[in-house]
Amino acid sequence: MRAFSRASAWTVGTFGVLVAVMLASATIGPVDISAGSVALAALDALAVPTAVTFYASTMPLPLGAEVPWFSFDIAYVSPLDFPVPGQAQYIVGEIRMPRIVLGAVVGAGLAIAGAVMQGFFRNPMADPSIIGVSSGAAVGAVTAIAFPLLLPMGVQMSAFAGALAAAFGVYMLATQNGRTPVATLLLAGVAVQTFLGAVTSYVIVHSGRSIREAMYWLMGNLNAAGWHDVELALPVVVLGSVVLLAYARDLNVLLAGEEDAHTLGVEVERTKRVLLAVSSIVTAAAVSVAGVIGFVGLIVPHVMRLLVGPDHRVLLPTSALAGGAFLVAADTFARAGPAELPVGIVTAFVGAPFFLYLLRNREVHAL
Amino acid sequence: MTLDVRDVDVELGGTRILEAVSANVADGRLVGVVGPNGAGKSTLLRAMNGIVEPVAGAVLVDEQAVHDLPSKAASRRIASVPQDTHLGFEFTVRETVEMGRHAHVPRFGSDPDPGAVERAMERADVARFADRAITSLSGGEKQRVLLARALAQQTPVLLLDEPTASLDVNHQVRTLELVRGLADDAERAVVAAIHDLDLAARYCDELVLVADGRVLDSGAPVEVLTPQAVRDAFDARVAVGTDPVTGEPTVTPLPEATGDLDNSVHVLGGGDAATPLLGALADAGADVTVGPVASGSLDHETATRLNFDAVTVPPFTAPGTDAVARAGELVDEADATVVPEAAADWGKNRRLRRDAAGVIVVSDDVAGDMPENDAPLADGLRVAPAGLVEAIGALDVAHEQFALADGGDRD
Repeated sequence: MRAFSRASAWTVGTFGVLVAVMLASATIGPVDISAGSVALAALDALAVPTAVTFYASTMPLPLGAEVPWFSFDIAYVSPLDFPVPGQAQYIVGEIRMPRIVLGAVVGAGLAIAGAVMQGFFRNPMADPSIIGVSSGAAVGAVTAIAFPLLLPMGVQMSAFAGALAAAFGVYMLATQNGRTPVATLLLAGVAVQTFLGAVTSYVIVHSGRSIREAMYWLMGNLNAAGWHDVELALPVVVLGSVVLLAYARDLNVLLAGEEDAHTLGVEVERTKRVLLAVSSIVTAAAVSVAGVIGFVGLIVPHVMRLLVGPDHRVLLPTSALAGGAFLVAADTFARAGPAELPVGIVTAFVGAPFFLYLLRNREVHAL
Repeated sequence: MTLDVRDVDVELGGTRILEAVSANVADGRLVGVVGPNGAGKSTLLRAMNGIVEPVAGAVLVDEQAVHDLPSKAASRRIASVPQDTHLGFEFTVRETVEMGRHAHVPRFGSDPDPGAVERAMERADVARFADRAITSLSGGEKQRVLLARALAQQTPVLLLDEPTASLDVNHQVRTLELVRGLADDAERAVVAAIHDLDLAARYCDELVLVADGRVLDSGAPVEVLTPQAVRDAFDARVAVGTDPVTGEPTVTPLPEATGDLDNSVHVLGGGDAATPLLGALADAGADVTVGPVASGSLDHETATRLNFDAVTVPPFTAPGTDAVARAGELVDEADATVVPEAAADWGKNRRLRRDAAGVIVVSDDVAGDMPENDAPLADGLRVAPAGLVEAIGALDVAHEQFALADGGDRD
């Protein structure tokens, strides 16, 4: 109970921070919009999904092939309707909010996956891409950008597929006789990342005119974000986070070492598979809509561990919410300047010195 | 619930670690696994809790093979206290002990026994620092936290891997008292790998002596801890005696015989005069026989501990004919006969040494450590205690002269 009430208090607190950062971010932009208007517009935009309709469609594959796929429509009801100046309503609801919400979703996904990976590998340098997710996504995305005919399902789906293929490949490489030693996984991840990095560079060299777009994707950005991206990423990140939260206690026990975890009743290999698969899927969803945004998944869990301690029942939800807040803030900074920057540059620019500060102070000693 | 290890073979990385190991632990019993480093004690415990799978045989709890159970089911039957924890992250003591409840708490829900963590912390005496970080605790405290975590599992079988390693004397005893109590009061079957033989003998109901992956012997401590068995298992010289305070066997390790004295030596003793000589001769590697000595005297006790053959006589009586005859045989067989000056005339020693070849009298009055050659030959060679070993070594050379000089005095 003690852990539960701590988790609740911290979660509510960080959720408040996230909401405040999102609202503040929405006031910032070329057009000044007051905080009050933003709040009302945001309340107006609150939509309750009432129904999801799935219908058959097709997914284009390389070489003109197609497979049966599905699409879905979500019906919403907006219960609130406050009077807001029309322009403000549009700017907040259709331009700023999709980007802010997507930033929150991506940041949350990267941070929770990073927290899981650091615990899983018992390694402070672990980040969500450690088993090759981002490099796989990069290969998929860059290939789709440079050779659209080769991967006709679009940049996002290509990135998502590449990410999962890379993670699965690393997992298979590191698995022998049904066991996946964490150290092997780490090394296989490093090797595959290097290999895929070379592939990405090769594709970029031959990408001709689309080189700028490819480079921009690689730096990570949220600037073309629309509600469509949110619809893709949000369900995956939310569902994935729920699963990861359900495994928070197992993750705690795993930190005691795999043998101890086994004697304490954790089905070690199965738990590792679930944690790896789910956090890879969450990371893949985040990366496929926003590109490779570094340091969120590394820094945020570290900072939160300093604040709330190592108990994953508290650490996971707060890391997710703080990760969302951090990325929204960083993206606001990225788009508020005279020339818009890819947000990946901002997170790395702020994140790396901050990480060094932690390194020189206490965090690493506590690990 | 009984823990039953049946004919278990374990291989790790292709190397046979355990071979045909069997053991049985009943409720309320504390069984100690003893043996040298690398004997397979930890591996045996890891086979017992299902971490390593035996290539042959099985570990059964209540007739169910541990390794076939899902880890959740296994962890409700067997709890393990590891030697150390790898918990690097700063979990609090309470959070650590809560991990012991993992198998009892449903994934979505709360602990069906909300007091279990507190009770386990009380029992292991760690409730005082429930909110401290585990990384801030001393070795002994950490050990007890891990014990509390195992208690929170509420299992009928408890395994401890070297619970006293790296603890000071006070914490060793406290920990083992606690473990002893756990076996007694909760009807648990407890197995502990213990490297300290004295502590193992004192607290365990039974010992399993493991060496080189095999069980050499098992049973009550007195039966298992014989000098010969310990010597075989540890490849070490030990003296085994009875602790006057606890009445349990006590094992004193001796340095490996440093000398290469291969002479056979008979020591004429009595009460306690020969005691210091026996240790020195054992160290020198001599093949020693003793007697006659009074039964229960310090000389006798020491000879037994050192595993020397001794001729004994009842206390406060003169040696009988049989004893003297037997001692006479040993004197005849020995290359040298040593007698401490204080016991030179005890019982029939005067007669025994008169019949002996190569008699050495050890006297504290002899200055220096060199034999005093002008000593009366009838009393044998007189040396200081420190010169004894050298004198025996020199006997080979001097033996003929002694025999010549001695010849005239012989009957």
